[in-house]
Amino acid sequence: MPEGETGIRKASTLLVAIILVFLALSIAAFYYGINAYMHGGDGSFFLLIGFSGLALSGYMLLQTRRRTLKIVFKPYQIATTILCSKCGFKNIRDFQRGDYIFKEEEECPKCEEKMMITSIYREPDEEEKN
Amino acid sequence: MIPEVSQGLFGGDNIIGWILQIVWLVFFVVFMFYGQRFQMWAMLREVQSSLFRLKLIRDEGRKMAISTIKEIGKPQNDPTEQVDRFLEYITILPQSMDPSGIVWKLEHMLDVRDVRFKDEVKFMAPQADENQTRNLANTLEAALALNIIYKVIRHFYELGKKTLSLYIIMQIQMILPLIMREAKAYASALRAFTYGQPIGDGAGALVAAKLMHGHRKRKIAKEIVMAKVTIEDRTAYVIKAEGPGGNIGKPGEAMKQIIEENEGKISTIIAIDAAQKLEGEKPGQVAEGIGVAIGGPGVEQYKTEETALKHKIPVNAVVIKEDIGDAVSPMRKEIFDAADVAIERIKRLLLERTKKGDSVIIAGIGNTVGIGQ
Repeated sequence: MPEGETGIRKASTLLVAIILVFLALSIAAFYYGINAYMHGGDGSFFLLIGFSGLALSGYMLLQTRRRTLKIVFKPYQIATTILCSKCGFKNIRDFQRGDYIFKEEEECPKCEEKMMITSIYREPDEEEKN
Repeated sequence: MIPEVSQGLFGGDNIIGWILQIVWLVFFVVFMFYGQRFQMWAMLREVQSSLFRLKLIRDEGRKMAISTIKEIGKPQNDPTEQVDRFLEYITILPQSMDPSGIVWKLEHMLDVRDVRFKDEVKFMAPQADENQTRNLANTLEAALALNIIYKVIRHFYELGKKTLSLYIIMQIQMILPLIMREAKAYASALRAFTYGQPIGDGAGALVAAKLMHGHRKRKIAKEIVMAKVTIEDRTAYVIKAEGPGGNIGKPGEAMKQIIEENEGKISTIIAIDAAQKLEGEKPGQVAEGIGVAIGGPGVEQYKTEETALKHKIPVNAVVIKEDIGDAVSPMRKEIFDAADVAIERIKRLLLERTKKGDSVIIAGIGNTVGIGQ
């Protein structure tokens, strides 16, 4: 399309580098805390900052990752019902381009009367029903 | 705990301890001064992500419109350039400083727009028949709406980034969920128009189609058909937009015409239309009331109200509830089934509000794409 750049870009490398340094420090703090406990010392402060640092940097890393985008043009399952007004024979098939409600269709296989499209609709998916 | 923490914070006899304490302090200081800015960046990121998704929807819509034009219209030249030009169309609404007569000015603008759109489509798709031309015009309108949504959001995103104003970013971030919903609805509409499938907005037209099916029809106003039907011993003038192409016509004009032809002797007007449901209400729920149930820019509603007032005709409304997504996406089964419920309501209204032998108008309002008569 004849227009300029959108300005949409990925997370900067600098930001990712900072997060990784922060993550490394958090792991080190965590290790230091556990080590202190194992040698009979008190490592609760290091465990605390190690854990919160890990959580924070993990969250930030998740935010920077490139998400897979869902295609929103989901194709709906559209049903066309063709009915014979004489004998009541009903045929339900997938919608085809050119179908419309009250369109005359092929002859009825039972009584050879012209059939007609009486309904075109879609069944809502589970997400829509809730 | 507090002495332990403070000991950890101010003590520490190894290098990692010192680094961590400094990082911790820097973290606090930075958040104290730049907390709001971090919040703003988080909001901007959210808007950016939605903007990217909007771009994807817009581009997909454009591609779909171009491929449908190529498939149906069989143009000799590539229509891409014409489609791109179409997607940038603007409509300048009439000046409202002196509101007197604005309805007629607006009607004129909408007529000009309609003619222009159809001419453009005929030019792009010379092989398309009348119904296909209407569907293609609707397809392009949906693509145009997607382009406008994308560009408006991009405008606020870029403006927020340039000015670093929390309030500009905040207001766009707050309404984003609603905008995304609307964009998805237009994306569904685009697909429906491309294939000529009935949409939720056509619920009123479907009711009228069911009532007039099998009766003789004639054109009464621009793109509106009328059939004289006997219902519960009353003469009903049933009108709807001419289908099965995507069309809404001028129901207000048609009602005015019928009332004048009958010298004002119309007992009641019943308009049936799709109406916006509130969250918690079920789609396809039928409600009734009074007033002229005609959506859109308001011109047709105004005309009907004027004529009804002139002849003192009561106006009744029967509405089928649905949300914006349902209104422009292929018709849900619940909405399709609601047409029969609406017909029962109309019959009950006729029995309760009119006498045998009376003449009434029943107007099925809405886009009649995929609905014949």
